[in-house]
Amino acid sequence: MSRRIFRWLVLVLVGLYLLLPLFAMVEFSTRGAGNSRSLEAWKGIGTNSDLVAGILVSVELAVLTVAGMLVLLVPTMTWVHLRVPRVRRLVEFICLLPLTIPAIVLVVGLAPIYAWVNYLLGNSGLTLTFVYIVLTLPFAYRALDGGLRAIDVVTLSEAARGLGASWLNVLLHVIIPNIRAAIISASVVSVALVLGEYTIASLLNFNTLQPVIVLLGKRNAAISVAVSVAALLFAFVLLLVLAQVAPRRRAKAVEGES
Amino acid sequence: MTDTLAPVSAETATAGPVRRRGTGRRWTAYLGVLPFLAYAAVFLLWPTYIVVVGAFQDTSGRPTTSSIKAVTTGSNYLDAFLESIELSLVTALGGAVLGALLAWAVTESKPDGVLRKLVVAASGVLAQFGGAMLAFAFLATFGFNGFVTILLQDAFGIDTQTSAGWIYGFWGLAVVYTYFQIPLMLIVFLPAIDGLRPQWREASDSLGGSTWAYWRHVGGPILAPSFIGATLLLFANAFSAYATAAALISQGSPLVTLQIRAAVTSEVVLGQANIGKALALGMVVVVAIVMTLYALLQRRTARWLR
Repeated sequence: MSRRIFRWLVLVLVGLYLLLPLFAMVEFSTRGAGNSRSLEAWKGIGTNSDLVAGILVSVELAVLTVAGMLVLLVPTMTWVHLRVPRVRRLVEFICLLPLTIPAIVLVVGLAPIYAWVNYLLGNSGLTLTFVYIVLTLPFAYRALDGGLRAIDVVTLSEAARGLGASWLNVLLHVIIPNIRAAIISASVVSVALVLGEYTIASLLNFNTLQPVIVLLGKRNAAISVAVSVAALLFAFVLLLVLAQVAPRRRAKAVEGES
Repeated sequence: MTDTLAPVSAETATAGPVRRRGTGRRWTAYLGVLPFLAYAAVFLLWPTYIVVVGAFQDTSGRPTTSSIKAVTTGSNYLDAFLESIELSLVTALGGAVLGALLAWAVTESKPDGVLRKLVVAASGVLAQFGGAMLAFAFLATFGFNGFVTILLQDAFGIDTQTSAGWIYGFWGLAVVYTYFQIPLMLIVFLPAIDGLRPQWREASDSLGGSTWAYWRHVGGPILAPSFIGATLLLFANAFSAYATAAALISQGSPLVTLQIRAAVTSEVVLGQANIGKALALGMVVVVAIVMTLYALLQRRTARWLR
């Protein structure tokens, strides 16, 4: 029984630590004049033009990043699995590299490169897509690699090729439908990552959601806090959906082996 | 904020190469990987190269070690490195212990239960996507007009407003950092605890072992490499975190990441840009050492997680 008490003690205490700041955010953002409650800050989210613009740019970035990440990774990883397994280690190493290079370091080296990107493509916040794709590599690689390992890519594609399918057909009609769950999970993680990214956007001076929240926080903290709560909740729902979609691979693997 | 490694799947180690004859032999097949490599070269390897080489150059590109010297001898920069390391150490240990306990408490419930799903999803959000927003969470809690500050004042007459500045100091940062370290620990450590088979506990129990004996002789030794590995990961995570600290602290630069911000945003000062690169190189070195240790440990851990 003491085990049970200890377990609840841990859950309550650590839970309190994690939930208190979130509760405080809700409390802070709903303060009205005197001692009343008001939803003014929450209503202000839709009417603040900087904020709306920041949200729009971030959402567009999220869509572009997911599209770019999938176009870059899915064909490459499938190809590596099928035809050039020798470079798998190299591709894996490159994909996991962003974990070892902190975003703040990357941004130092990116400044001159972005001078060129902005010269060629215009000074738009959407150009952040290029570096955001790099940031999503480790997470997306893990998800997609899991998906590709779970199916027999070689047999499936040989069967399709034997029936006369082109490589493009193999990719679109055989591989992609079979790794759908992995693709969804890679996409969801990437969306959440882009919506929460502050370091690179702020240091390259692009007004995406997070830098706008921080700037706004200096003038009107209540709105900033309200948006933060909304963004955190949105990410939470995204990840919950992900938990429903993605099968728990490890558990299955364990069952299969024992 | 970006740096989570779910532990390398155990399959990585076991899945042997199953290759058909004749495939992957022709060199033209390698061209298929070229677009990916080109992309990574431009947006990942090139910036890294710029940092590494720039750290050893002056502003006009001539080789020099003056930036490196400035960083390794300037007390400002050294203090920032030390404070960053200290903060990372404290929050990695605190986060690892609390996160491991939370992970254990969660695994005691049903594996597909609601509690577990909620905790894992919430941990993903707080560990990886909180960033700058977590600074606001703590200002709303312990800031000058924060919930707890006002509550303490109203309920107990404790005047915490004058001392509410602690949130901007070392221990304030430590509390905020631990806040995102705990969820990261949970995500990283959960699979390790899942790997503990109930049969081991039963075997220990049926041989008359106490709870203490089980953790001392069975659970502890098996989890130890994962625990240390996860702690290293947490260290690297805190060390490279920027967003939360930047949003919290707008004046002064007690941490390396904030020193880099100062160097990058004030490029007007002669030679500052390369100070930024030298600092960045220093960070890469620290993180690389930690991550190498992590990878070595991970290999050991993978054995038990099948």
